[in-house]
Amino acid sequence: MSEVALKARAARRGAPAWLRAALPWAAAVALILVLPHLLTTSFGRTLLTEMGIAIVFAAAYNVLLGETGMLSFGHAVYFGLGGYAAIHVLRLIAAGLLLPVALLPLVGGLGGLFFGLLFGYLSTRRAGTAFAMITLGLMELVVALALIFDHVFGGEEGIGGDRTSGPALLGVTFGSQVQVYYLIAAWMLLSLALMRAFTRTPVGRLCNAVRDNPERVQFLGYDPARIRLIAFAVSSFFAGVAGGLFAVNYELMAINSLGAERSALVLLMAYIGGVGSFLGPILGAALVTFLQVALSDYTQAWLLYLGLFFVLVTLFAPNGLVGLVLMHAPIARAGLLHRLAAAYALALLPALLLAAGAIAVVEIGYRLTIRPELGTAMRLFGVPFDAKSSGTWIACLLLIAAGAAGLRLVAPYVSARWSEALAEARA
Amino acid sequence: MELVVFSLLNGVLYGLLLFMLSSGLTLIFSMMGVLNFAHASLFMLGAYLAYQIGRITGFWPALVLAPVVVGLFGAVIERWGLRTVHRFGHVAELLFTFGLALLIEEAVQLVWGRAPVPYTVPPSLDFSAFTLLGTTYPAYKAFMVAVSVGMFALLGLVLKRTRVGLVIQAALTHPDMVAALGHNVPRVFMLVFGVGSALAGLAGVIGGFAFVTSPGMARTLGPIVFVVIVVGGLGSLTGAFAASLLIGVVQTFAVAIDASLADLLAQFGVAVSRRDALYDLWKIKLAQLAPVLPYFLLVLMLILRPRGLMGTRET
Repeated sequence: MSEVALKARAARRGAPAWLRAALPWAAAVALILVLPHLLTTSFGRTLLTEMGIAIVFAAAYNVLLGETGMLSFGHAVYFGLGGYAAIHVLRLIAAGLLLPVALLPLVGGLGGLFFGLLFGYLSTRRAGTAFAMITLGLMELVVALALIFDHVFGGEEGIGGDRTSGPALLGVTFGSQVQVYYLIAAWMLLSLALMRAFTRTPVGRLCNAVRDNPERVQFLGYDPARIRLIAFAVSSFFAGVAGGLFAVNYELMAINSLGAERSALVLLMAYIGGVGSFLGPILGAALVTFLQVALSDYTQAWLLYLGLFFVLVTLFAPNGLVGLVLMHAPIARAGLLHRLAAAYALALLPALLLAAGAIAVVEIGYRLTIRPELGTAMRLFGVPFDAKSSGTWIACLLLIAAGAAGLRLVAPYVSARWSEALAEARA
Repeated sequence: MELVVFSLLNGVLYGLLLFMLSSGLTLIFSMMGVLNFAHASLFMLGAYLAYQIGRITGFWPALVLAPVVVGLFGAVIERWGLRTVHRFGHVAELLFTFGLALLIEEAVQLVWGRAPVPYTVPPSLDFSAFTLLGTTYPAYKAFMVAVSVGMFALLGLVLKRTRVGLVIQAALTHPDMVAALGHNVPRVFMLVFGVGSALAGLAGVIGGFAFVTSPGMARTLGPIVFVVIVVGGLGSLTGAFAASLLIGVVQTFAVAIDASLADLLAQFGVAVSRRDALYDLWKIKLAQLAPVLPYFLLVLMLILRPRGLMGTRET
């Protein structure tokens, strides 16, 4: 729907446009203020701070992937180098530099921006697949160099600082986790607002144009490579801000914060959430961080599940989870959502069977190869069984086969109901 | 002298191995526009399968069986994975193979554990082939060279001299016309993807016993292979060949040279103290830099010639 139409609808409903635009932000602020009082455990608060950092990073990544169509496999470089810049300045603060610790994320952002311009100058000359490969190569280069210069990077153990060493500002010393939480929340809101604003500027629109049709942009007299560089620099800046927040939160930067794992993770977060919308990467970051923290207590295989989930999203939901939800918007507006409920419920049963079978196979495999010392007696979903008995394996394979067959059987029915509902909603 | 000759031999061997990977990758890329991120994972899968099959049947059947299994796996990926993602565009395809690479790495850990498996040189190849300048050259290395060269000869022959090769070459540039002439282009794609995967698998079989067969091998080799094809020029087989050999030789030589800038300075009578601001920099040994050199080459190439050695277009 075009913006004009949106404005027209807003006008009909009587609410001014600015109020409708401000409403989600106000809700976000309220949620952020309330959350630490609901989650008072240290686990909950750690989770919240981690989510805040991940959200800034994923949103920064989306300026690149979603807005400009540039796929980077090494964006953690700017997160990590920004974080290292922040931690070194933090050490200077401890040595007497007069700078409030609250401004460290800005230092991180400037660090990210500097290296973003430096490496972006090289990599953004190319687009598409070549760009993706170059980001991968540059990341490997930076990681390898960082391992060599361990006076600056501290090697595998990393380099630490003390966030309470700075001068107190209005009595805030960042001694407690809650103060750090509010710092992260404030920087998160500011960064998100700025990134949102960037997408509305003419340059931001040109980024979209470069994503959709670079040749045409060239005909209009703009240089796509230069626009890619601008997008890359903006994205690196906010990645650096996230790195700076990470440095303040953990008071430690190590080489793994600029390597392949974090780069892959931010890509997964953004894509699973949905790169087509501004909200997608934010929700993706929150969800993946929650899964990371929650699941890693229960299973060793959470990366495998995450990878599996990611592959399913690339296969069936290229616009991510938010895209899946938005697909239903026209149907929901027409009030026909209940028509789909029965079909979805029918599909849920085989999907659950399939998932249960797959999870069982993975968990048994991990127990047998990686934790054999725990023995073969296991318990999953409350069902005790022996990991080595053939009955268990047959049961797992039966579950998977039944689930897969069921899904195949139900798929045409669900798809038919969907088309029906959509056609009626549009009529 | 001895150092130079053997570094050259090892470098060429490493380069050939890189080319076994980058050739399949390049073929697939120029045909479908898809850069298969999971290519190095298929290499790893080849090594693990050769180890597993070899434990039952011995090395020689495994040499044939493992690549075949990997090739079939590749065909399945193309048929039921890539073909589905294709309609979402190239970025989605690349992301799909990226996810696949993650999955294969985790799955390999699930089946074979996190520690390296003891996949060693088979006894029938564990003797010295010849002695040169007082140093023996092991037979398995000669065997690796023979396998890769034989493979390229066969591949070249099939591509240039057979009907199938003709159809593949035509499908590279004019897929619509080939389809109009009654050929099943999607099946040709599946075939090429399968063969490319099998090549990666074969490279894994012979690379597995020369290197360490561990779940990390895809992650260490993958980026280097991508550097090779970017440096060579995306989509150019000749470029990939030149870049493979270049990187293979350069890296092998660097590993062999155990000297640093400080040593060089010492030749001129300049001693570097531990308190020197650039102490870290002076003390880097060339051997330490060896893993970084391919990426330096990449950066250099991007500055001097962004389309790569033999790339034809700027994308």
